[in-house]
Amino acid sequence: MMNIEVNTAMKFRTLRRHFREGGKNIQRNGWMTIASVGAVTTTLILVGAFLALMLNLNQMADNIEEDVEIKALVEVTAEEGQVDEIKQQIETIPAVSTVEYSSKEEELNELIESMGEEGKTWEMFEQDNPLNDAFVIKTEDPIETFDVASEVEKIENIQEVNYGEEIVQKLFQFNKYARNIGLALIIGLVFTAIFLISNTIKITIMARSKEIGIMKLVGATNGFIRWPFFIEGLLLGILGSIIPIAVIVSGYYYLDANVSELINFKFVSLMPFNPFAWQLSLLILGIGAVIGVWGSVMSVRKFLKV
Amino acid sequence: MIDMQGVYKTYPNGVTALNGIDVKIDQGEFVYVVGPSGAGKSTFIKMIFREVKPSKGIVRVNNMSLHNLKWKRVPYLRRNIGVVYQDFKLLPKLTVFENVAFALEVIEETPKVVRKRVMEVLDLVGLKNKARFIPDELSGGEQQRVAIARAIVNHPKLVIADEPTGNLDPETSWEIMKILEEINATGTTILMATHSKEIVNTIKKRVIAIEDGMVVRDEHRGEYGYEI
Repeated sequence: MMNIEVNTAMKFRTLRRHFREGGKNIQRNGWMTIASVGAVTTTLILVGAFLALMLNLNQMADNIEEDVEIKALVEVTAEEGQVDEIKQQIETIPAVSTVEYSSKEEELNELIESMGEEGKTWEMFEQDNPLNDAFVIKTEDPIETFDVASEVEKIENIQEVNYGEEIVQKLFQFNKYARNIGLALIIGLVFTAIFLISNTIKITIMARSKEIGIMKLVGATNGFIRWPFFIEGLLLGILGSIIPIAVIVSGYYYLDANVSELINFKFVSLMPFNPFAWQLSLLILGIGAVIGVWGSVMSVRKFLKV
Repeated sequence: MIDMQGVYKTYPNGVTALNGIDVKIDQGEFVYVVGPSGAGKSTFIKMIFREVKPSKGIVRVNNMSLHNLKWKRVPYLRRNIGVVYQDFKLLPKLTVFENVAFALEVIEETPKVVRKRVMEVLDLVGLKNKARFIPDELSGGEQQRVAIARAIVNHPKLVIADEPTGNLDPETSWEIMKILEEINATGTTILMATHSKEIVNTIKKRVIAIEDGMVVRDEHRGEYGYEI
């Protein structure tokens, strides 16, 4: 009698219909579309600018940490064979990535160079060098500096280990807090964006709750109704990320071209425009698409129980 | 076709709309449902396409048991029932063609079949030349004809009309009735709730009168029987 097929597999032409329908809805809903796209645009500009700032600060923190190294001074009394042995012992520590030997002559040259004009007064020590031979050690992960330093200190014929203990410790602490706060702010901002946007989209869909009811009465399944909204949300998100991407890319281009020369210290430099600006654009596009879809699908859910 | 046995409906707010209904309607019948406002007509009608679920009793439509039908299956039930409302319930932003086509897109018909069927039924209701209009550009009678076209486009065995002439002037009402009779002549069951004494007393059909949630009268070739 009655023809009841529960056909879960969607036909391809139906998928095409959903895409067409979602696109048409963007046009049909005129002002509502503009309102939603506007909300996405505003929040994404904020999120994008903030992401650019945080990612750069993060990169700077990484650069500083990368530069942390341990200097192990060798006892003056150590003989050449023992120096080799020390090197081997240091290399066996798992977290160590590179060990470089620096003779006391090299150490002195470096000192003189780093002092500039005043360094000249040190040149008289070239005949009777008071410095020690040293090993410069880098770790796989900067955070392991402390453990490696105390390991190295135990090795025989090591006189002293320097790594700017207190400063490094404070630096790591500071970076840790800065990263966590930055992450929390970004997550907070993204959630605020999702909330704002899904609210705007909800209002535009509310206006269509009657239509959803009619679709259900004609025998449309929830999935059939949801699909065009899904596509519509995706398009809203993508449309809404065009202006933010343009703003962020051109803004970053300007910064990269004009400001980075002014602040180009050793550690403090902007991430290069290419590829950073493009990666950031992709990220903004992704966030836009996700919040568009989220807002749309979450809002339509409410009206499907008719 | 439709079989109700001992059907009760009490809404969550405590209002009892149906109070033990027993009704049997055969394939191909044309039935009026009459009664005062608030007597349970709407609930009775809504129960047939499962907009309302019975609190107690058995409801069978087209051999499907509606009293224990799962939510997920409801759309498949509705595809075999055409529904026409007093307020037309057309999608305002779609054209006449798109409104009617929607009922076929839902069952994933091919575009070719959709075009053919939609133009056929628009021809039947006399709106072939207005396919590209949107509902707001049409008169009430024309909108109701679009709604009827949508209701019958996928050949349902049953068409339910909830006061289809309620918002229309007498002349337009007769046009709508003529179309419903034509549909009935092809073997489609028609169930129509109405307040129109004129229509019921002129086009004589089976009349089911509902009062206080119960069937108080069920006559073939019946009269409207109320003063207003």
